[in-house]
Amino acid sequence: MSRRDILSNIRRSLGANANDKARLENAAARIATPPRATAPQRVAAPGTDLVACFVSELERQLATVKTVARPEEIPLEIASYLRSQNQPQAVRFGTDPLLASLDFAASGLEVNNGRAEPSDTAGLSVAFGGIAETGTLALLSGADNPVTLGFLPDTHITVIAQSRIRATYEDIFAMLRNEKGAGTMPRTLNLISGPSRTADIGGRIVIGAHGPRRLLAIVVRSL
Amino acid sequence: MKVTVHDFKSNARSALADTQLQEALSGLPTGLVAQRAAARSRLPEFEDLRDYGRDLRNHTLEHLDVYLERYEDQVRQAGGHVHWAKTPAEACDAILKICKDADARLVTKGKSMVSEEIGLNDKLEAEGLEVVETDLGEYILQIRHETPSHIIAPAIHLTQSQVEQDFRREHDHLAKDRKLVEPAELVDEARQILREKFVNADVGITGANFLIAETGSSIIVTNEGNGDLTQSLAKTHIVITAIDKVVPTLDDASALLRLLARSATGQEFTSYTTFSTGPRRAGDPDGPENYHVVLLDNGRSELLGSEFREVLRCIRCGACMNHCPVYNAVGGHAYGWVYPGPIGAALNPGLIGIDEAGNLPNASTFCGRCESVCPMRIPLPKLMRQWREIEFEKGNPPLFVRMALRGWASMANWPWAYHLFARIMSRAMKLAAGRKGAFSWLPLATGWTKHRDFPAPQGKTFQDLWAERQRATIKPATQGETP
Repeated sequence: MSRRDILSNIRRSLGANANDKARLENAAARIATPPRATAPQRVAAPGTDLVACFVSELERQLATVKTVARPEEIPLEIASYLRSQNQPQAVRFGTDPLLASLDFAASGLEVNNGRAEPSDTAGLSVAFGGIAETGTLALLSGADNPVTLGFLPDTHITVIAQSRIRATYEDIFAMLRNEKGAGTMPRTLNLISGPSRTADIGGRIVIGAHGPRRLLAIVVRSL
Repeated sequence: MKVTVHDFKSNARSALADTQLQEALSGLPTGLVAQRAAARSRLPEFEDLRDYGRDLRNHTLEHLDVYLERYEDQVRQAGGHVHWAKTPAEACDAILKICKDADARLVTKGKSMVSEEIGLNDKLEAEGLEVVETDLGEYILQIRHETPSHIIAPAIHLTQSQVEQDFRREHDHLAKDRKLVEPAELVDEARQILREKFVNADVGITGANFLIAETGSSIIVTNEGNGDLTQSLAKTHIVITAIDKVVPTLDDASALLRLLARSATGQEFTSYTTFSTGPRRAGDPDGPENYHVVLLDNGRSELLGSEFREVLRCIRCGACMNHCPVYNAVGGHAYGWVYPGPIGAALNPGLIGIDEAGNLPNASTFCGRCESVCPMRIPLPKLMRQWREIEFEKGNPPLFVRMALRGWASMANWPWAYHLFARIMSRAMKLAAGRKGAFSWLPLATGWTKHRDFPAPQGKTFQDLWAERQRATIKPATQGETP
C-alpha cells in the first residue's frame, strides 16, 4: 500500500521510527503553541496606526478604500461607488446579519441574496478581519458570506469593521482559533489583497483576469 | 511530461538563436528581478525571515512523517479524502478514478507544477475528458500544445504578438476584424471564453503551495482568481500536490507566505491566498461537495535521506531562475523537463535520475546568484556540484572530459608544478598572440572564439602578482589585518 510505503520510506530516510516519542512531542508542541516569526516593523513598531497602514497598503494594490462612520452609511457609499464606475445599481449578498439590517432600497440599490450567479455584477461580503501589514482582507466562507461573491461578479465590495483590523496574519489566525475553535476552519479562508490581475501576456500587468475587475473595501469606524 | 533533458546542449543552441524567445526573455532583469529587489527593500526583516523560513522547513522535514499523518487526520475530520501516490502513474490513476466516480466530462484546472510532473492532462484526455487550463499563461500554452517554461510565469517565453496569433487561430468563432492590440483586450477575450468553462466544470483541479498539518488545509496563491473559480464552482475539488508541501501550522504558512510573493513577483502579497479545508459545510450555498487531496512522493522520500535533502525546502518561487544567467540566456524549455533553472538542476536528477538529467547540474557557471536570492537559503551550487560528483563517479561524462578533469586535478595536487605550468603557458600565449594581444582562434576554446577574441595573458600570473603584493604589504603597522 502506497501510504505505508511512503511513510516508512520517510522514516528510513530520517533514521526514525513511528513511535519516536521525542519527535511526536516536538510536533504536538509546535501545533499546540505555534511559534511566530518576528512581526514586520511596519506594523510592530509602538504607536503604529494600523488602520492607516491597512488602507495605504490595500490602495497600493489598486483597491479602492472608503471609510464611513456608521454601518447605515454603507448602502449610499456603495451606490455612489457603483455609479462612479458606471456599474448597475445592484448587489448580491448572503445572510450576514449586518448586511441584512441595512436599507439598500433607500439608496436605490437592487438586492439579491445567496450564492453568486454568472449574471451578477457586484458581490458584497463582510470580512472576518483585516491585516494591516499588507492591506489584506480575511473572509470566511459560509451561508452568511458565500465564497463565490468574491470571485464571479465583476465588482467585489467588502465591509470591514475598523475594530477587526490587526497587525499581522498571525493575529488573524489567533482570532480565528479563538472564535471558531483551534484546528477548526471554514471551507475556505480567503485572504484578498486587491482585484484580480495577471502579467501572463508580455509581462504587463492587466487588472481583471478571471476574478473581480475592481475591489472596494468599506471600513466602518463604529464597528 | 516528455523528457528532453538529454538534449540540453542542442536545446540551448536553438534557444540562443530564437529571436522571439530572446525578445521575451529580455524583460526579466527589469521585471521580476527588479520587482523582487524593490519588495525586499520595503521589508527590513526580509533576511531574518529567510533564516526563520530555512529553520522551519528543516524542522518540518525532520518530522515529515508526523506532520503528514496529522495533516491526513485533519483532512478526514473535515470530510475530505487523502490519496497517497508513490509514482506519477499512481497519482494519475487516483485522479482519473475520482473523475470517473464523479461522472465528469469537463475538468477545469488551476496552475500546478506537480500536475506537469505526472503528465496529468494527457492521461485525462486519453480517457475522453475535456481538460481546460484556467491560469491565463497555462491556457495559452495549452492551445499552443506547449509546456510551461517557468514555474510561476509559465508563458514568459512568449511575446504578446504570438499570443494574439494564437487567439485568432483558436477562437475562430469570434469576429475576424476584432481589435486585439492591448494586453487587456487579449485578457478579456480569454476571460469570456473561460467563464463558460468554470461554470460548467464537473471537477476542478488545483495544486497547493502549502498544506497545513494543524488544520488539514491546502493553500493556493494566485493573482488571477482562476484557482478560486476552479475549486468553488465545480462539484468536486481535487488537490494534486507533493509530500514536501506540508508545514506544521497556520503561522508557519504565513511566515513562508511573507517570503513567497516577494521573492517571486516582488508583490507584498498576491491578490488571492486561499486556505481550503474539506468540502462545503452543512448550510453552505457554494463550494465543492467533494474534496480530495492526492499526495505524490515520486522520489522525494528518498531525497530526504540523501545529501540532497535541502532541495526539499524549496517553496517554488522561481527567484533562482529569474536571477540565473543561464536561464536568462536560454529560457526554461531548454532544460527539457518540468522544473527549469537552478532548482531544476538540483532537483530533477533526484526525480528523473542523473543519467537523464546529467546535463543540468553542469549548465551552471556557479556564479551563486541563485543561492543569494533563494528565500529558503538552499545551497544550489553545492547541490549541483554534488550531482556532478555522482555523475563523474558513474563515468557518465565523455572520456575526453574525464581525462581533462583528472589531468587538472593531478596538477592541482602539486602546486609547484601547477605554478610552473601556468607561468610557462601564460608566457607562451603572450608570445603567440603577438601585437594583437588576443586570439581569434584557440584549440579547445572555439565556443569562446567563435563569438569574440580571447585575450592573451599579459605578463605575470595571478599567483606571482599576489605573492608580490603580499611581500609589499607586510609591514608591522598592518599586521593582523586582512588584506
